[in-house]
Amino acid sequence: MNNKCETCAGHDQLLERRTLLKAALGMVVGLQALDFVAAQEIDPKTAPPKEDDQFVFIFGEKKGEIITPEDLPLNAPQVLAYPMDPKTRIVKDGSRFNRILLIHLDPAELSEETRTHSADGILAYSAICTHQACDVAGWEDVKKIFICPCHESLYDPKDGAKVISGPAPRKLAALPLKVVDGVLMAAGGFLGSVGPKRSL
Amino acid sequence: MKIKIISVWAFAIFVIGLLPLLVAAQIQNYTPVTDQRLLNPEPENWLMTRGNYSGWGYSPLDKINTNNVKKLVPVWTLSTGVIEGHESPPIVNNGVMFVSTPQNQVIALDAKTGDVLWIYRRQLPEDLFQLHPTNRGVALYEDKVYMATVDTHVVALDAKTGKVVWDKAIEDYHSGYYFTIAPLIVKGKVMVGTSGGELAIRGYITALDAKTGDILWKTYTIPGPGEPGSETWTGEAWKNGGGSVWIQGTYDPELNLAYFGVGNAAPWAGDFHPGDNLYTTSVVAIEPETGKIKTHFQYHWNDSWDWDEITPPLLIDVEREGKTIKALVHPGRNGYLWLLERGKDKISFVTAKPFVKQDVFKSIDPKTGRPEYVAERKPGRGKLIAFCPSLWGGKDWQAEAYNPKTKLLYIPANDNHCGSLKSKEKEELKPGQLYLGVEVKDIKTFPAEGAKTIADLQAWDLSKMEKVWSYKYEGHTFGPLLTTGGGLVFQGGTNDRYLRAFDAKTGKELWKFRTNSGIMAPPVSYMVDGVQYIAVQSGWGVDAERMQGALIDAGYKGKYYSKDIPILQGGVIWVFALSE
Repeated sequence: MNNKCETCAGHDQLLERRTLLKAALGMVVGLQALDFVAAQEIDPKTAPPKEDDQFVFIFGEKKGEIITPEDLPLNAPQVLAYPMDPKTRIVKDGSRFNRILLIHLDPAELSEETRTHSADGILAYSAICTHQACDVAGWEDVKKIFICPCHESLYDPKDGAKVISGPAPRKLAALPLKVVDGVLMAAGGFLGSVGPKRSL
Repeated sequence: MKIKIISVWAFAIFVIGLLPLLVAAQIQNYTPVTDQRLLNPEPENWLMTRGNYSGWGYSPLDKINTNNVKKLVPVWTLSTGVIEGHESPPIVNNGVMFVSTPQNQVIALDAKTGDVLWIYRRQLPEDLFQLHPTNRGVALYEDKVYMATVDTHVVALDAKTGKVVWDKAIEDYHSGYYFTIAPLIVKGKVMVGTSGGELAIRGYITALDAKTGDILWKTYTIPGPGEPGSETWTGEAWKNGGGSVWIQGTYDPELNLAYFGVGNAAPWAGDFHPGDNLYTTSVVAIEPETGKIKTHFQYHWNDSWDWDEITPPLLIDVEREGKTIKALVHPGRNGYLWLLERGKDKISFVTAKPFVKQDVFKSIDPKTGRPEYVAERKPGRGKLIAFCPSLWGGKDWQAEAYNPKTKLLYIPANDNHCGSLKSKEKEELKPGQLYLGVEVKDIKTFPAEGAKTIADLQAWDLSKMEKVWSYKYEGHTFGPLLTTGGGLVFQGGTNDRYLRAFDAKTGKELWKFRTNSGIMAPPVSYMVDGVQYIAVQSGWGVDAERMQGALIDAGYKGKYYSKDIPILQGGVIWVFALSE
């Protein structure tokens, strides 16, 4: 058996890897003119939410319907939604990372920064837990906190969805909202990164 | 409408990603793992997750023994580079060790020196969510290493280089299916079972051709309409009725049957799915060539407690009342130790006895083994019901062990655990979403009233069905077991981070060593150049961590139960040998 590690450990291997890396990058630059480059396409169904996007229900009797402020009673559990481009009417359901939590809380209970992102107490956050990417679908109605049902990370929607406890390493990304002529829509894109940062 | 972006960097990253393969090492003189070797593993090797097809978790090696185990010291370690629960045993073949970690990484090492030979790192999908971010082991066959992945693939790696030989997608990972299981390989058939019983799946076992990855058969653990057992389901419940297969099965070459444990029915409360619900919470005996379920035994019917009976039964010859029983032995999540007799077309009930506090079974039919329930202990729609043991059971997935020298069965038990479930009136089926029939906040686990300890390592004499000794832990345990020819039992599993060694005859603690994190992986033993080693991964997470949180929420006051001081994660492979 040859026990020599040529892949993963040791200074010599690192040097060898760097040399190969340089060669690879040089090859890339050289091939640009030959149009031998990878193309990455952004599908509008996977594009992240942006300003003026509206929202549709993911589940339930109103699945696929546009969500209005009246669909979000004060202090009711969060609703899972996908953003929708208002011009093309394309629902951005091509990626789970576009899942959004909508909830309506008393503006007086919100932190100052959180209130600035809300539309009269209606708040939007990424639904993707920053621990293992589960949907943060649980709700505790006494303390008014989100619960990730997979590993019980708790987030406080009243204070920027900061982590209260559990394995999640950071808060949920916020999505600023506005209401224009009675229509609920995004006031911008996600504030912060969505989902976990895996260690591999 | 599509927007096209030309990306030079995408291609550069692609090329960089290939580099590990370009410089991969080549292991010389690798010994192929044949059917014959799997049937009769050499004492110096650990060729499958439980060491042999009978599932014993037993190494015949005896150089490390009760007289010298105090001299056990670490000889090398390796950080795995990942967090979450490390639940996989090192697998060792003639000096080469293969270890899987969470995120479906496989590391090949020199088992003697700890030199890394190659690493396979899987690029998991960004949007994959992992209810159980873990892997429970690789399998070896011929010149390949096999792993089932959390994004529902099975991959075959070249054992010498780590290069992917084939990669077979089994399911769409968005559907709720995933794999944590270590494959069971019998006669060139790579058998894996699906996880996802909490995500509205219909579980199954499938077999792939070891050479090509072709799917040979697929057998649902929940029969469809008209199939035998379908009469135990009502309406449409079978379609999303659970029945995960989480753990590598055992195999009897004489009967040519592979035994797999099957998980809970879903959603949890039984009146969501009226009937006995075969083959949930059962053992199924499968013919490897065809996938046919030849026979089965259901440990408890119409599961309502999330008591997955997921570990397969151990195959043990038990002397009882003057005759030898070809037994199936299963310490159940339902808190009973089951002794069954295996036959070609039948599994017969012999006896069963509680090994932890259990207040749900009123009685067990002495002929059939069918339990009768205490009605007020059975969760149902719209009810708040308390019961013992908790939903994690008397013993969850963590493996028991059998030592043919002491003729004792060792059980890593969580005793004096109780829990409660407050079930919903109805549960909406949402594809890929949790399908429990209960809000997570209404799942409770707590110690039984007056309990002084909540876990123990137990030794049982199966011929008498009597507990011989018990070593009590203050806190809970999630530690699978190893027992050895040196008269030892090894276990981690506690939140004090120790790996411990016990006298297999008496239960006396003989040695302990404090590792980096909590251990929830099976220890193993192997030998290289005449030196015996003990190896284990330490890396806390998954259910051990969840149980920790649940007990803290319940006000449990053990030494290592503090919200402010969690058990820190991060995996390390530890290898021990006797000091000179």
